[in-house]
Amino acid sequence: MGDNLISVNNVSVNFDYQENFISKKQKIHAVNNINIKIKKGSFFGLVGESGSGKTTLGRAILGANKISSGNVIFHDDERDYDLTDMNKQDLKEYRKKAQLIFQDPYAALSPRMTVRDIIAEPLEVMKITNSRQETDERVRDIASKCRLNIEHLRRFPHAFSGGQRQRISIARALVSNPKFIVADESVAALDVSIQADILNLLKQLQTELNLTYLFISHDLSVVAHVCDVVAVMYLGHIVEMGPSRELFKNPKHSYTKALLSSIPSIDPEKRSEAIELKGEIPSALNPPPGCVFRTRCPNPGVDCKGGEIKMGLIEVEPGHWVDQCCAL
Amino acid sequence: MSHLLEVKNLDVKFDTDEGRITAVENISLSVDQGEVLGIVGESGSGKSVTAKSIMKLNPGNTSYNEDAEIILDNENVLQFTSKQDLKKIRGGKVSMIFQEPMASFAPAIKIGAQMVEQLLIHKNINKEEAKSISINMLKRVGIADAEKRFNQYAFELSGGMRQRAMIAMALSTMPKLLLADEPTTALDVTIQAQVINLIKDIIKEYQMGVIFITHDLGVIAQVADHVAVMYLGSVVEKGPVNEILKNPKHPYTKGLLQALPDINNLDAPLSPIPGNIPSPLDRPTGCVFRTRCPHHNPEGKDGKIEMKLIEVEPGHWVDQCGNKCGQNG
Ligand SMILES: Nc1ncnc2c1ncn2[C@@H]1O[C@H](COP(=O)(O)OP(=O)(O)OP(=O)(O)O)[C@@H](O)[C@H]1O
Ligand SMILES: Nc1ncnc2c1ncn2[C@@H]1O[C@H](COP(=O)(O)OP(=O)(O)OP(=O)(O)O)[C@@H](O)[C@H]1O
Ligand code: SF4
Ligand code: SF4
Ligand SMILES: [Mg+2]
Ligand SMILES: [Mg+2]
Repeated sequence: MGDNLISVNNVSVNFDYQENFISKKQKIHAVNNINIKIKKGSFFGLVGESGSGKTTLGRAILGANKISSGNVIFHDDERDYDLTDMNKQDLKEYRKKAQLIFQDPYAALSPRMTVRDIIAEPLEVMKITNSRQETDERVRDIASKCRLNIEHLRRFPHAFSGGQRQRISIARALVSNPKFIVADESVAALDVSIQADILNLLKQLQTELNLTYLFISHDLSVVAHVCDVVAVMYLGHIVEMGPSRELFKNPKHSYTKALLSSIPSIDPEKRSEAIELKGEIPSALNPPPGCVFRTRCPNPGVDCKGGEIKMGLIEVEPGHWVDQCCAL
Repeated sequence: MSHLLEVKNLDVKFDTDEGRITAVENISLSVDQGEVLGIVGESGSGKSVTAKSIMKLNPGNTSYNEDAEIILDNENVLQFTSKQDLKKIRGGKVSMIFQEPMASFAPAIKIGAQMVEQLLIHKNINKEEAKSISINMLKRVGIADAEKRFNQYAFELSGGMRQRAMIAMALSTMPKLLLADEPTTALDVTIQAQVINLIKDIIKEYQMGVIFITHDLGVIAQVADHVAVMYLGSVVEKGPVNEILKNPKHPYTKGLLQALPDINNLDAPLSPIPGNIPSPLDRPTGCVFRTRCPHHNPEGKDGKIEMKLIEVEPGHWVDQCGNKCGQNG
């Protein structure tokens, strides 16, 4: 498949939901009919509403969530992996190639293990190395790439600050030499200085190790800085997607515009010019027909209101896709 | 007039296997009625620990210094030991919105039942009254279908709703002081803007005092009246929010502002503060920031200068280094 690493084709993920054990089963439509291609070596950003399905989609691509319909293909050098059709052996192989960096650097690390053991664990669990010496070499190598000192390896995680812990999580995610990383709110808990440091590190490792990222974040300034392509999600759908500079300079969808206008200004005297969104966020149990954003859209077109418009992305500029009504 | 809350010379230490960790050292802060004090700072700098001290919520391995005082409404909460007294500061006069939204609600109890229970503990009212107050507050925080949401579990709500439900619960007891620890970090910016406006309205209406912890300087600019900047357990600078953001004096504060990614200038590289944060196990003597400070004041660098805040503009306090922090650009 040439230069794509991942193809997500018409992927939907539903969860079962039951109010109590006698009531009838319903479905939570967490992710709906998503199509994305992630290029090799790209820093792919995923932003959007809380609860819009970003984590669910990320986990689906990692093979950690069942996919209800559609498929995800991982294009490795030698072969393709179809995530909806993998046997145990394939899944084991795939786990080495695709890794998650957790959101919370405090909660993610076991307090009873030394940093060396935390980083080494994936190697041992996946039986990647054959001797303790080999494991140690891999651990030391990745630790130094993540700017951790050798003497840090003997310590326990609570002796480290948030930024250092995040580097430990990154080292752990990278030690199996993966090709693809899902970073889910990986810098959200960090102050801006440590955040900048970690982002620079991710960028640098991307070049050094030939990595591809799916970067999930609420921080649009961060996404604008590090990502080359961005997709915006709302209630299980991608409503806009494109090269990040183009999308941030020239947003087309009403939700993207509202998002960009709501970034709080660092100037206390600057009154917020946020486009205020009114109306309730619809439930994923009962998504509205037609455009999912229409219950809160500040300027719906005539056709939108009745829900007659179908969701569907249209390419308005090369590589810049927008949900259809907004595109016109 | 006396302050609603005054924290004086607070140290917080934790005993761990590896030794004693100083999480907070010699912090003094105050909050007035109707005022929002923002706290920003390094991850692990002691923001949450400071807030939890006000409710005496730190765990068993915690020790406070003898001469510290946390005066709330003219009483020193650090002296509180009886159940009756602790009840006053845990959900009575003080409410806390915790950093992790799911942690605030028990997973197997409906949102409404938890709100009612809280009110019954702290207010002299019956169940029906508690229910109507709760539903009212859910409406106030902008939750449609409040009666229906009242009967749902936390996991059934979206992130934004859960966050607002948590704020409703924290506000329903009408605390005098609200401790909000990263209340909007998990929200996208459109919902964040709604929540911030809501908190501001309610503060005005009820003349509540608020401590608002966040690492988002944009959020601080929009909500806070005053701000305190923390680094490795110490407050290194504090003052009116305008002053601090427009005229920062401390090298750490300046570094934070420079590290902020600017969406209007995507070509600028991201510039972190150079160097590593020392482990809380080996906290530097003297100025806590000296191991990373770009200024070359030899006395400060040697650790010979003690931490001490000096007032450089009215109400604007900054840590000194023989005044170097206040003087150098
Ligand atoms: N294990 C689960 N069981 C039931 N519903 C779930 C489960 N996981 C997620 N959901 C639901 O799926 C939808 C999408 O959730 P998801 O966590 O993917 O959102 P998100 O975009 O990552 O949100 P946030 O920005 O708040 O992290 C939500 O409605 C959520 O309640
Ligand atoms: N119970 C505890 N035992 C030992 N150390 C602790 C305990 N609780 C907190 N600490 C330590 O105290 C320091 C301050 O922690 P705190 O949670 O207040 O940081 P914070 O400023 O809120 O950081 P963040 O922005 O990451 O939430 C950290 O070094 C932390 O590891
Ligand atoms: S499709 Fe219509 S309702 Fe939906 S966001 Fe666009 S203009 Fe608004
Ligand atoms: S007190 Fe001295 S060493 Fe510390 S931050 Fe100020 S100038 Fe730097
Ligand atoms: Mg998520
Ligand atoms: Mg905290």
